[in-house]
Amino acid sequence: MCRAPFSLIGLLLFTCLATSPCHSDELQDLYFGEALYYARQGYFFEALERLDTEIKQHDALDEPELDSLYYHIDDAEFSLGDFELRYRMHHRAGRAIKAVFEGAADEIVRNDAAFRLARIHFQKNQMADAMRALGRIDGKIPESIRDDIEFLRANIHLAQDRPSAAIDILKRLQDSDSFGDFAAYNLGIALLQDGQRQAALHQLDMAGQIGTDDPAELAIRDKSNLVLGTILFEAGEYDKAKPFLDRVRLEGPFSNQALLSAGWAGLSTENFERAVVPWSILANREVTDRATQEAMLALPYAYGKLNVHGRAAVYYGRALDSFGVEVNKLNASIDSIREGRFLKALIREEIRQDKDWVVRLRSLPETPETYYLMELLATHDFQTGLQNYLDLADLRKKLLAWQASFHAFDDMVDIRHDHYEPLLPDVDQYFRELDSRMRLRIEQHKLLVRRLNDMLTTPRPEFLATREEQANLALIEHLETQLQGSASPLAATLLRRIRRLKGALTWTLETEYHERLTKFDKHLRGLTEAMAVLHDQYKQYVRARQAATHSYVGYETPIIRLRARVRDSVAKVDLLMARQGHLLEVVAINELVARRERLENYQDKARFALADSYDRATQAQARGAPQQ
Amino acid sequence: MIVLLIGGPLDQSSAQDISKDEMRSLDEQVQEIKSDVLSIASELSNLEERLLYPSNTQIALFVSIAENETFRLDAVQIRINGELAAHHIYSFKELEALQKGGVQRIYTGNVGTGDHELSVSVIGKLKNGKDFTESDSFMFAKGVEPKILGITLAGPEFGKSGIQVGDW
Repeated sequence: MCRAPFSLIGLLLFTCLATSPCHSDELQDLYFGEALYYARQGYFFEALERLDTEIKQHDALDEPELDSLYYHIDDAEFSLGDFELRYRMHHRAGRAIKAVFEGAADEIVRNDAAFRLARIHFQKNQMADAMRALGRIDGKIPESIRDDIEFLRANIHLAQDRPSAAIDILKRLQDSDSFGDFAAYNLGIALLQDGQRQAALHQLDMAGQIGTDDPAELAIRDKSNLVLGTILFEAGEYDKAKPFLDRVRLEGPFSNQALLSAGWAGLSTENFERAVVPWSILANREVTDRATQEAMLALPYAYGKLNVHGRAAVYYGRALDSFGVEVNKLNASIDSIREGRFLKALIREEIRQDKDWVVRLRSLPETPETYYLMELLATHDFQTGLQNYLDLADLRKKLLAWQASFHAFDDMVDIRHDHYEPLLPDVDQYFRELDSRMRLRIEQHKLLVRRLNDMLTTPRPEFLATREEQANLALIEHLETQLQGSASPLAATLLRRIRRLKGALTWTLETEYHERLTKFDKHLRGLTEAMAVLHDQYKQYVRARQAATHSYVGYETPIIRLRARVRDSVAKVDLLMARQGHLLEVVAINELVARRERLENYQDKARFALADSYDRATQAQARGAPQQ
Repeated sequence: MIVLLIGGPLDQSSAQDISKDEMRSLDEQVQEIKSDVLSIASELSNLEERLLYPSNTQIALFVSIAENETFRLDAVQIRINGELAAHHIYSFKELEALQKGGVQRIYTGNVGTGDHELSVSVIGKLKNGKDFTESDSFMFAKGVEPKILGITLAGPEFGKSGIQVGDW
């Protein structure tokens, strides 16, 4: 009898490693907030697209400190790395964080960046790089990530096959609020890897007794008990194994395996009644489960051992019927996958809206193949392939939508072109006329401002004469010039009259000067305001005129380029989807074929055992032995 | 008698290794195409913005929920100068994203320069299970540069509007 305990033991718990970007209390940058809005809904493509663009724009600024993203730039760079990781872009993930790490002056920020970088390396399976990044943490460490750093360090040691180094760290983490339970289990595994069997068993025993209501911690507790029971079982210590296997909750995710092992432990000690109890429970569970199928065959075997051959025959018969149904179901599933229905079901939007969509796949009547794929679906490689396939399907949908929108862009540009082209020459001509008039007025305004400034230092009453006064003054000066030098007595009389008139005019100009200057100043202020409005309208017109041209000029080249890029990407995505889909189908079919072969093997054994049980039951009947 | 009930798993290691390698190779290519498509998306957004929302007429409205608010936001309706601009009904995921500090761009459009009226209506449910509806109007001036307004929502309090609008 060979179980597979180490597949369980090998699974260290890393679940807490994926953290989300921290939420800044005072959000200053809406676009960063928008990226977070998408990320928190799991739309990492949209989040990345917005944040990447925002960070690039920020980096290109001459004075980035004036940009609103400046307040969040470290957080934004961290988030970018997180989003890339979650969107399974491991190649890119870490670039932005590395930039923060290398550029940060603040010790806390640099240490936070080093931790995040290490985490990314860890998830990319680059353990040496991860440890190197942790090694660069120095000085002040943010309190919120202190335990995260140590837990990560311990896991890296374990992944590098250095359990003794991990043990010291994990021991220190036993009281951690965030990692205590995970650390308890991982410490048990580390001790086991280090060859400290007794200490490992003791540690797993403790991890298997934690008091909690938290589902994740309950799962750790179950796992600790299952691993501990399995280790003892493997060592032939069946009686010792049983209590730990019995500790596993009957409704938890590890219960089937625990029930199966508990049965085997009973059988191995020839305590057949103790084997019958867990196997009876297990044999009535979901029939597609590997452990259930094994129990369906093991249960009558135990009854046979108890010399209850009649009941054994009945259970073998049931198992045979059930296996027959399941083999048919598997055949149907294999056919269904070959017809492409598996991939179609995977990309159904209404299913993926549900967070338990993989589980819900089982309830679809047209996708029987998923009944047997739950274990496969849970494996890392298949999950990666599956997620890639789904991501590709999403990318394809986006690309096709963009492709369709290019026609609309073309139409829009053409309509604007046809609208503006006939109008703009007349508009431009009219504008040129207005522009020259405006320039003239601007010059006049400048002249008046200059005059006012001059008058403030040197009074010039003649500047404030009315038009009529100016004409009169000019006439007086003209007459004065003509009469000057004349010897005629009349001329002398006229000159006296002209000087009186000039004196009267000068009197008016001089006495009313301050009043006129005040009025002039007031009017000039009004004019300045009107000029400002004119200037704004001018600018507005210029912008509107530019916008008219920009609304249809300069789009041809980018649209052509984008169209080509989208077309090429659709072709690439189609190719990758076909390859990825085919691979998933092949892996799924292989899994189903293996399960079918296993069931067929069980069928052979059940048939032989059924006949054997009948014989024994008949012989017992002939001997008159009582059947229980 | 049955000696060995359960055999070990069938040996599929070599087949699995091949598919693992293929999966890894495909994974690399998928990452590359993701990068390409992200770059296209960024360029396309830029083109769309230039084409559809020129800066002199562009207006963008963003919705966020004030810190530590526990009310459930069901729907938001926004009118600009009496015309319906946006009407959004929130899913659980969207609400959770807003409560965790996300900001939703609810509307991007065009308006002329000058003064405009923005009307915001909110429908939701308070923590005590009571439904509420709240509306408020605001004036804003649109200049030649893009106008970005943030609408911050909070549960209604006596004598105080739960809707705040501010420039960004």
